[in-house]
Amino acid sequence: MSRATLIDLLYLFSATTFIVALKALGSPKRARLGNFVAAVGMIVAIGATFFTRVDGHALRHVGLIVLAMVIGLIIAVPAARFVRMTAMPQLVAIFNGVGGGAAALVSITEFSHIHNSHPATYVTLEVLLGVLIGTVSFSGSAVAYAKLQELMTGRPVTYPGQQILNGLFGLGGLALIVAILVSGTTSLLWVLLALSFVLGVALVLPIGGADVPVLISLLNSFTGLAVAASGFTLGNNLLIIAGTLVGASGILLTRLMSKAMGRSLGNVLFSAFGSATSAGAGAAGEQRPVRSGSPEDAGVLLSLASRVAIIPGYGLAVAQAQHVLRELAEELEAKGIEVFYAIHPVAGRMPGHMNVLLAEANVPYEQLKELDEANSELQTCDVALVVGANDTVNPAAADDKSSPIYGMPIIHADAAENVIFLKRSMRPGFAGIENELLYNPKTTLVFGDAKDTVTKLVAAVKAN
Amino acid sequence: MVNQLLQYATVLMLSIFVGIEIIAKVPAILHTPLMSGSNAIHGVILVGAMLVLGSATTNLEEVLGFVAVILATLNVVGGFVVTDRMLEMFKPKAKAVKKDEVSQ
Repeated sequence: MSRATLIDLLYLFSATTFIVALKALGSPKRARLGNFVAAVGMIVAIGATFFTRVDGHALRHVGLIVLAMVIGLIIAVPAARFVRMTAMPQLVAIFNGVGGGAAALVSITEFSHIHNSHPATYVTLEVLLGVLIGTVSFSGSAVAYAKLQELMTGRPVTYPGQQILNGLFGLGGLALIVAILVSGTTSLLWVLLALSFVLGVALVLPIGGADVPVLISLLNSFTGLAVAASGFTLGNNLLIIAGTLVGASGILLTRLMSKAMGRSLGNVLFSAFGSATSAGAGAAGEQRPVRSGSPEDAGVLLSLASRVAIIPGYGLAVAQAQHVLRELAEELEAKGIEVFYAIHPVAGRMPGHMNVLLAEANVPYEQLKELDEANSELQTCDVALVVGANDTVNPAAADDKSSPIYGMPIIHADAAENVIFLKRSMRPGFAGIENELLYNPKTTLVFGDAKDTVTKLVAAVKAN
Repeated sequence: MVNQLLQYATVLMLSIFVGIEIIAKVPAILHTPLMSGSNAIHGVILVGAMLVLGSATTNLEEVLGFVAVILATLNVVGGFVVTDRMLEMFKPKAKAVKKDEVSQ
């Protein structure tokens, strides 16, 4: 068997592991194994690549390749290992962005290489697509990272004529691609690179913080497509298969995620919500009466309950209050009070994020109830304790047709006898929308940092 | 040349269908790990980055290829490690810990 055949066989093996892994990642039991299988496939593919012969001789610059890999390892491992779980979404954004950047660079470099060895070569469509999609994914992910890391405002950034300008950027990109294909002017490739960079930024700026995870999923799919495009340029089946798998499954996953938020993908991408409504409603809202209480009041209320639903949100994770919250739940259970957690599909910042955060705090898996189940049980609860959640319990999503989040499924906290709402301030949530639940006569607001307040609640419950 | 392109296009088409088929029924709690896992898989661009750096003949190609290998390594390593970290928090461990605490 020739060396090339053997390497192709190993690539085939890797491609198979990726398919098996993606399938396994969809099942809670086999997900971790699936990830491991894909990692093995990846190592095999990388190992095989070292023995590839290009242009009739062995791989050049092996030292440089190894050096670059070591640099990558030194940066990636600590980042991935030690970043806090709350910062996970932005971490995924970064790792996705660099993948897109790599794909764009591979397309450009391979093109430049072919161009140098055969000067007459024309630019082909897949090189341009690889550059365009990869770069959009890179710069888009960078902006998504900045939004999630709060390096810039999480609010949609809008300016007059934005949609038109973005449309022009898109058209400009297409026109440029056609121009390069027709004229064969290779220096225009660099213009395309710059334009794609701007396009990625412009695409993400108008998207509100709460929608960014859906966007990351979309950019993830883009990177997959860019990888497939470089696969065409390099004539490598493994890149085509893996890239396309991620591209196709990623688009489907993006649709599933936006569906979990009750919105269409187009709505997420182009509606720029929360910018106009929040300012007016927020200012008017400050003056309306709310009922606030001390942690002790809330503690009494909790102690007298027989069934408590805890509704956690991202604020809980930011305050690192999941461990004290579990203590509170255990304290209540010790008093014979039944406790469960009502988990909204997009609680936290990504679907499933809250489950991960609570699992990290050793909250028993059986106490976590998903949206539908939680809603049917909330009617029988004496107290709904909202910790750091806001938009996911906003009744406006169910009642108010003019609300930007109308149609998003919510947890009906107001179905419980009493609502205790732990909140840092009257500021609206991530989506920037006023929450009617705060003004509900059933609601007692307890102001303060989630961790402090829950710690005080534990003491108050113990004292009763 | 054309035959080669057709072969790639065939692979592309089949992969699209496999990709769609695979994701069909996934519970919401696994959306994030799945996204992260597929994020790691597109890190296979590392193979492409190795090939372009390994065939680089000009300084520009070397620089671009070198950066590409670094970025792609970040993608692969970061992707798999983060996914594993998410997944290790799922069911089995949580249950085991609960038993420990009940017995205390």
